[in-house]
Amino acid sequence: MTIALQTPVTRRGFLVTAVRALVLLAGGGLLGSWALRPWRSRQRVWQLDPRKCTHCGKCATECVLKPSAVKLVHAFPICGYCKLCFGFFKAQPHALDEGAENQRCPTGAITRRLVEEPYYEYTIDEKKCIGCGQCARGCTDFGNGSMFLQVRHDVCVHCNQCSIATACPAGAFVQAPADKPYLRKSGGARA
Amino acid sequence: MNFPPPEFSRPHSFPIVQDLPPRPELFMYLDVTVLAAGLFLAAWFALKKRSRFGVVAVMLGSLAYFGFWRKGCVCAIGSIQNVAQSLFDPAYALTAGAAAFFLLPLAVTLFFGRVFCAAVCPHGALQDLLLVKPLKLPAWLSRGLGFLPFAYLGAAVLSAVNGGLYLICRYDPFVGIFRMSGPVFMLVAGGAVLALATVVGRPYCRFLCPYGALLRLLQPLSWKRAQITPTDCVVCTLCRDECPFDAIRRPLPEPSAAERLRGRRRLAGALLAIPLLAVAGGFAGRAMTPLFAQTAREVQLAHIVSQAESGSARVSDPVAADAFVRSGEESKALYGRADALERRFRRGSAAFGVWFGAVGGMLLAVYSRQKFRAIFETDSCDCVSCGRCFASCPREQERIKEARKG
Repeated sequence: MTIALQTPVTRRGFLVTAVRALVLLAGGGLLGSWALRPWRSRQRVWQLDPRKCTHCGKCATECVLKPSAVKLVHAFPICGYCKLCFGFFKAQPHALDEGAENQRCPTGAITRRLVEEPYYEYTIDEKKCIGCGQCARGCTDFGNGSMFLQVRHDVCVHCNQCSIATACPAGAFVQAPADKPYLRKSGGARA
Repeated sequence: MNFPPPEFSRPHSFPIVQDLPPRPELFMYLDVTVLAAGLFLAAWFALKKRSRFGVVAVMLGSLAYFGFWRKGCVCAIGSIQNVAQSLFDPAYALTAGAAAFFLLPLAVTLFFGRVFCAAVCPHGALQDLLLVKPLKLPAWLSRGLGFLPFAYLGAAVLSAVNGGLYLICRYDPFVGIFRMSGPVFMLVAGGAVLALATVVGRPYCRFLCPYGALLRLLQPLSWKRAQITPTDCVVCTLCRDECPFDAIRRPLPEPSAAERLRGRRRLAGALLAIPLLAVAGGFAGRAMTPLFAQTAREVQLAHIVSQAESGSARVSDPVAADAFVRSGEESKALYGRADALERRFRRGSAAFGVWFGAVGGMLLAVYSRQKFRAIFETDSCDCVSCGRCFASCPREQERIKEARKG
């Protein structure tokens, strides 16, 4: 007894179906290998390691956003509350006051407030911060290193490959797990 | 610590530094769901409903969601690099989102053709919607430029597997437009491609897109594909005039015995040329190693540091050289890593050349083949299922009239 096929199977049609099945198998294999490999990952975000950062200034210039998604973070618990803050003041300032000619920050994003003599508190206005890291460099070279740069995830657009990461001469950029998105120095209260 | 913490006379509370979290992971699954829904709708409108209007509606939706809302990341085109890097670099972690964006459109193409290109890809949608006055390009030009995406795909994979620059993302013309911000060259290139797209149908898709190159290879294997006519063809050329992408092929008469023989010889010649082109490509690719290797950050940095160390007056990036010195790393270690990378790139560049030679030869073989065809048909590789030709077909107009009556 012969079974009549509803549609004739042509040689071409058979080959096409076979190759399609092969490609699907390959895709399935890829998916399977991804699902089984231990290195498959949860969502990742770009972050910079402040211990490797050399404050070269590329965070301000290389980010696809203007101003950059990298901002200064200040870890108050390790801050010395110095009267002469090297993050706030230029080298050899004319006077220890808030005059623009004395400040290191090119956009005036740091506020200096007297807590009690001789302690001053320095807070960052993230809207003004361009992520150049000038203050972080001063603070790290001469002070406690309580000022450091971080990618702010409310600003970052999460590029597939961070364009600062491709330019960072210190190799400080990493892909951090999304549930631990900040690599901060000790301190810095959570909100 | 250089300075001890202050000893305040009154208790002092530190200002609160907010740790704003990134977008929750849940939204990655939302992206994948929207992608799947878009693919389903695009296939439904292009194959079943035969509605250009529906396809345009999906285009607008994905342009708004994947383009302007999600700002172009992650996308299927860029995910090629994530997948390639994860295959060769065990330390690199591929996310579920990138894997899904890479695989879903490929799988759907195997069943319903390039409906992803038609309406779900924001890049395609943007160009398609802006096309106002399509010019017909001569066949030699559009076919010649059609080789470029395969070279771009090869170069992007080569760079990504060696942990280098993601070329596709770095030189993407549209992502700057979606974000309304970006480097000047990106915005200028985006504007130029968009201006071109008003007169040349989908220039990025046809002449550059590396994901489109993959889908072009897969579409001939698809189970079903958008058809010009709902019933039969009256051989009227209206659809061919309507297609702005040069993706509709005219009927060819049954060849005579002599023509058939000539065609066979041409095909045999083209098939023989494939291995030769592959070998030649391999050598040419190897010669291009420095071009590819300098896309890697560490190769670039080693070059800059060696300039600085040799006391050269002209250091191409003094900021990077200074930052490397500050990092306190030995320059020998950097040179060692850069050398190892360059060796990897030498092998990879040769592989890139072999790939481009082989694919180029295969395309030549496909182009030299003259397939007998009684009716106007969409090209099995080039058609993006945009749906423009449906309404131009007289048979479709009859079908619509019938449907309105009944």
